[in-house]
Amino acid sequence: MVQARDAEGFLGRSIPRFEDAALLTGRGRYIDDLGAPPGTLHAAIVRSPHAHAELVSIDADAARALPGVAAVLTGEEIGALTRSMVVGVKAPVECWPIARDRVRYVGEPVAMVVATDRYVAEDAADLVDVRYRTLPAVVDVRAAVEPDAPVLHDGLGGNVISERSFRYGDPEAAFSEAPHTIGIDVTYPRNACTPIETYGVVAEYDPGEGTYDVLANFQGPFSIHAVVARSLGVAGNKLRLHTPRDSGGSFGIKQGVFPYMILVAAAARATGRPVKWVEDRLEHLTASVSATNRATRIEAAVEDDGTITALSWDQIEDCGAHLRAPEPATLYRMHGNMTGAYAIRNVAIHNRVVLTNKTPTGLNRGFGGPQVYFALERLVFEIARTLKLDPLDVIRRNLVPSGAFPYKTATGALLDSGDYPAALEVAVADGGLTELIARRDAARAEGRIYGIGMAAVVEPSVSNMGYITTVLTAEERARAGPKNGAQAVATIGLDPLGGVSVKVASVPQGQGHRTVLAQIVADELGLDPAAIRVTADVDTARDAWSIASGNYSSRFAPAVAGATKLAVDRLKEKLKRVAASQLNVQPDDVTFKGGKLVAKANPENAISFSRVAAASHWAPATLADGVDHTIQETVFWTPDELVAPTADDEVNSSLCHGFIFDYCGVEIDRDTGEVRIDRYVTMHDCGRILHPAMVDGQVTGGFVQALGAALYEEYAYAEDGSFLSGTLADYLIPTTMEVPDPVILHFESPSPFTPLGAKGVGEGNCMSTPVCIANAVADALGISDVTLPLTPSKISEHLYAPEPEPKEQPKPVADEGGRKLRGEGEAVVAAPRQKIWDMLLDPETLKAVVPGAHSVEKVSDTLFRADVTLGVGPVKGRYRAEIELSDLDPPEAVTLSGGAEGGLGFGRGTGRVTLTERGPNETLVAYTYEAEIGGKVASVGGRLLDGAARVVIGQFFQALARQAGGGGSGGGVMSRLKSLIGGGK
Amino acid sequence: MKPAPFDYLKADSLSEAAEALAEAGEDGRVIAGGQSLMPMLNMRLAKPSLLVDIMGVDELGRIAEEKDTIRIGAGVRQAKLQAWDGLSRHLPLVAAALPWVGHAQTRSRGTVCGSVAHADPSAELPLVLTALKGGIVLRARRRTRTVSASDFFLGMMATDLKPGEMIESVSFPKAAPSTGYAFREIGRRHGDFAIVACAAVVDASEARLAVGGVADRPMVRTLPLPVSGDFDDALNEFAWALNARDDLHASARYRRELVRRLGRQSLEEAARCRA
Amino acid sequence: MPRLTSGRRHTVRFTLNGRPVSGEAEPRMLLTDFLRHVIGATGTHVGCEHGVCGACTVRIDGALARSCLTLAVQAEGADVRTVEGLAGADDTLSPLQEAFRQNFGLQCGFCTPGILMSLDALLQETPDASEEEIREHLSGHLCRCTGYGPIVRAAVAAARSLREGSHA
Repeated sequence: MVQARDAEGFLGRSIPRFEDAALLTGRGRYIDDLGAPPGTLHAAIVRSPHAHAELVSIDADAARALPGVAAVLTGEEIGALTRSMVVGVKAPVECWPIARDRVRYVGEPVAMVVATDRYVAEDAADLVDVRYRTLPAVVDVRAAVEPDAPVLHDGLGGNVISERSFRYGDPEAAFSEAPHTIGIDVTYPRNACTPIETYGVVAEYDPGEGTYDVLANFQGPFSIHAVVARSLGVAGNKLRLHTPRDSGGSFGIKQGVFPYMILVAAAARATGRPVKWVEDRLEHLTASVSATNRATRIEAAVEDDGTITALSWDQIEDCGAHLRAPEPATLYRMHGNMTGAYAIRNVAIHNRVVLTNKTPTGLNRGFGGPQVYFALERLVFEIARTLKLDPLDVIRRNLVPSGAFPYKTATGALLDSGDYPAALEVAVADGGLTELIARRDAARAEGRIYGIGMAAVVEPSVSNMGYITTVLTAEERARAGPKNGAQAVATIGLDPLGGVSVKVASVPQGQGHRTVLAQIVADELGLDPAAIRVTADVDTARDAWSIASGNYSSRFAPAVAGATKLAVDRLKEKLKRVAASQLNVQPDDVTFKGGKLVAKANPENAISFSRVAAASHWAPATLADGVDHTIQETVFWTPDELVAPTADDEVNSSLCHGFIFDYCGVEIDRDTGEVRIDRYVTMHDCGRILHPAMVDGQVTGGFVQALGAALYEEYAYAEDGSFLSGTLADYLIPTTMEVPDPVILHFESPSPFTPLGAKGVGEGNCMSTPVCIANAVADALGISDVTLPLTPSKISEHLYAPEPEPKEQPKPVADEGGRKLRGEGEAVVAAPRQKIWDMLLDPETLKAVVPGAHSVEKVSDTLFRADVTLGVGPVKGRYRAEIELSDLDPPEAVTLSGGAEGGLGFGRGTGRVTLTERGPNETLVAYTYEAEIGGKVASVGGRLLDGAARVVIGQFFQALARQAGGGGSGGGVMSRLKSLIGGGK
Repeated sequence: MKPAPFDYLKADSLSEAAEALAEAGEDGRVIAGGQSLMPMLNMRLAKPSLLVDIMGVDELGRIAEEKDTIRIGAGVRQAKLQAWDGLSRHLPLVAAALPWVGHAQTRSRGTVCGSVAHADPSAELPLVLTALKGGIVLRARRRTRTVSASDFFLGMMATDLKPGEMIESVSFPKAAPSTGYAFREIGRRHGDFAIVACAAVVDASEARLAVGGVADRPMVRTLPLPVSGDFDDALNEFAWALNARDDLHASARYRRELVRRLGRQSLEEAARCRA
Repeated sequence: MPRLTSGRRHTVRFTLNGRPVSGEAEPRMLLTDFLRHVIGATGTHVGCEHGVCGACTVRIDGALARSCLTLAVQAEGADVRTVEGLAGADDTLSPLQEAFRQNFGLQCGFCTPGILMSLDALLQETPDASEEEIREHLSGHLCRCTGYGPIVRAAVAAARSLREGSHA
């Protein structure tokens, strides 16, 4: 553990947090705690159940007629009040916060209902009747680039919205010269560090001034302010964006609230009233942002001893249905760091950004790092396995050497400081790697399945606001003008009673910013940190801010705390001069101690801090010559090192680079496939440590989110784009019972580029831990194809001997194969074949046999429409159904295809019915079917409702048989049929 | 995520509750602990027009020891049963299963009968009720009928409960002498719904295995004793007969493998307990 | 009790942290919304509204309850306890709250009120709860910031301090 390094001061010590008293007593001020102006309306959003469909019509009359409903806004109305959001690449696409003519992911907003309260708004949302014409969907990122894939945005002509190739050094030569080329294909899944507090927005519009006031639990970057202002069609100074004091976690996700700022602001303008919207958990899981999923082919040119001389990357990035700002930033945030912690001079990169029928992506803790390191560190592990080397030796051989810092990587990052080999050796020794290897050997000797994994990672922090322009060619960048830097800002002020206030343009979501800034300022001014009042939220109408403001890319300790240090230094110099003139000493002879400004030579010669501080307010004439005032100092700071990408596409994508070396031992249960983390060691060099307990809190928090990504969490989609992880019973966040305590080690190499020497630390384990665990599982099982999350079911495929076949019964037909329900059945019906045939074509019969039918309308000879109520247990919903007959072969066979759509989702299927004459009054009705369900029911109840669809299909055929049998041989038929439904039960 | 409108009646007596439910028919639902029903209301998967709260009915809140059975009223919370001092003596299988039911924070509200009424195929209480050949007392107005667990659970959240009926109580047979019981479960996380749960009952003559989380309802089968030579084949047939399906959390094959493994383990443990 | 009809508000009365409160609620109003938006006790948080995350955990007549899975009308006449009732009368933190502060058992603080209510109940009923019991009890709560280690340490420290306090 870290020792307090500044024994004299507060900084570097784990003092209790000033935030906590309020949070522990129920006095937090999160967005939904702030109350809303009188007359505020509440919004609910109607969302698409389909992954890809044309919007045929939206009938909101019934919803608008509901008492309490103020407005129902569709894409058309929102479109009239706003403009398409800016897209980060040059491409002929628009990006709206609500569907206009087509829906492209499950959960995409199609209408917004605004009413007197949320309950009524949801009542009305149920009444909005949306008709869709479904289109084929594409979900898999590799399939999306195929020429025959369904296209989401017609203007693009395909699904690749950006493609660039990069070359650094001479990769071709390195590959041709190296004795080994070792490659690996990996996919990184969709997941999200989903916070416990969801999105919230309260917006007002002042028509007199044409200004919007938006309160949102947004986290930054405030470059998004420009996106929102442009979409709302107002100048930047006519959009006030402000944030609540407290935010219930973000981890990047709350950047993604911004499309809702536009929607809610437009609703406020449309209704002339303040409008509030708080996202619910189902909306959040389905439709807020997540990390990108990515398919990567990575190859290395490798010497016999494991030295990597070149890397070749082929990355296909899935940004979901729309390229929303700041994407494709996930892909380019790591661009300077594509060689990780290694000294590799030759690199080739081929990047494609692809759109699929999934939720648009955005910021997520680790931001690009998990995807990159999953490929790179799996590759390093594979190199070791292929060349029969120790993975630790391969890592050692390739690390950026000691003494090489600052080290410029092949792709342009300037690694600021560190001693990677030394930190690694400390981790190996202090973390007990030798003992862990002995544990593995002992476990294996007993026949247990045990593996050790490792990962070495460089953790970038303080993003260069210009890195995203690497997606453009040098010529395009030249035309657009350079972008770079990372402005941080802090203001320090003194009030007339001498109180010190600090204001930073950051938006903490639990990171203790107020405490750390109080420590910094208290140390400098010789005050008690409890006396320093810190405000850390943003109000763009009143505060100093810039595009980099906010809380992301782990920029607090290096940038925001650094700017605060610079601000207090500036104030300090002035205060010294004021005091010096009163103490009759030189300014440099004044020091701050115990609430006083003291002459160094004579501690008796002192003046109280508050008196000096108040002078500017009460007696400006008494200030020393050359001191204008000491009331307030604002410092903007941007590091010189963050320059724009060069003409050769080199980019210093981040200012600071921490180093992490992780290793772990895992044991796999031979019976169940469950992974148990036996020991996890994580070594961090995050520069100077400002608050050890908070640093460790960031490490453990990130570690557990990463553990979730490795073993539990996935935003899963069916092949048709249905979203399957719609509840917290399906999106599995680890609990106390799944989580070990990691061993945390530190190594401190202060950054030369930041005012306090600190670097970011919040995101590293999200980068290192998933691949470290994956490598351990690969080691345990001796496999090279590892896909996250490593569920016991997936792992078990490597554990079990061939399965014994059933002897007394047929293998079920509806066994494997995705989410499609397949089944078959047959029934002997006491009726002539022609009679049954006629029934199949008769609306009255269909009304009797379609489960829950209220009405059946014959549209044509082969098309029927029905209004049905379907339900299982208490889950009931009303649906519009269509049944079409095709491949008619009277009176022997017919194909029935159809679908049903309602508030709870949709189902569609195809069945082939064949009628075989058994006798003059006896017919064998046999059927096979294939069906699938989607929408809300699939998202929140997939676990339960697949079986329910089977029941409904069964009901249809039961009823058909019953109807046809006319009660003739009823009981026998029924029981026979029942026993056959679902096959073999 | 707000419920659709409904009327609410907090019944003072069983007859008042039964009468109101009978009158409401399909549109009425009992609310007891609410741990299954409330999520469905919040998600608007269910939109009953009347909720009848039975938690104020004293006579439903009792755990009664009868000659051969323990009768648990519809208002008995899971935590109350878990804390009942006769539990491990009379209902060792239920005692073994209860810690797997949700979390302490949901057991403190959720009722035993509520879990039975909800009929989630992964739920533990319907499983042990089936394994023990328990019964369910259903009431419609003043008429009651008793249904065995094996007849009560019909499928995914589907039961023999008729519109207008309510569960009045469930009864678990008391532990029999020289009978062994065991419960095993694998879920993704602690407190999650089971991927596979096994409840085993072994006495001198037979071994009974009930499996939850695989078929659309708890399934029970009598098997040879685990020591017998034909045990593996019989268990394998049972595993296949459950007609497992792939889902988000586990493949069909994985479920069958767990049935074979947990099935054997739980029966062996039950046999050991008997000895 | 008379049938409360939908679409109309009915008076709901209960005791909140020892003081009588009342407000109007439709039958369908969740206790979370009633506490937060009718009574103004916003310390109880809403994270999932389907009973999984635990942020809304309160005590009703002593028993732990997800207030998102409870109707306001069901709390009629009950003794309801929330995070606002944990601290001493002069706002001094309770030993449990103080242990959270000392052990950095919270970061964003959003899940914390529910966790505090759960632990308060556990440590009342089981003052000598082991770390394993504490972990199992806490498994009904999701925290996204801390990684749980600091929460468990805080709970263990609180248990110790409560035991020592009661012996003193």
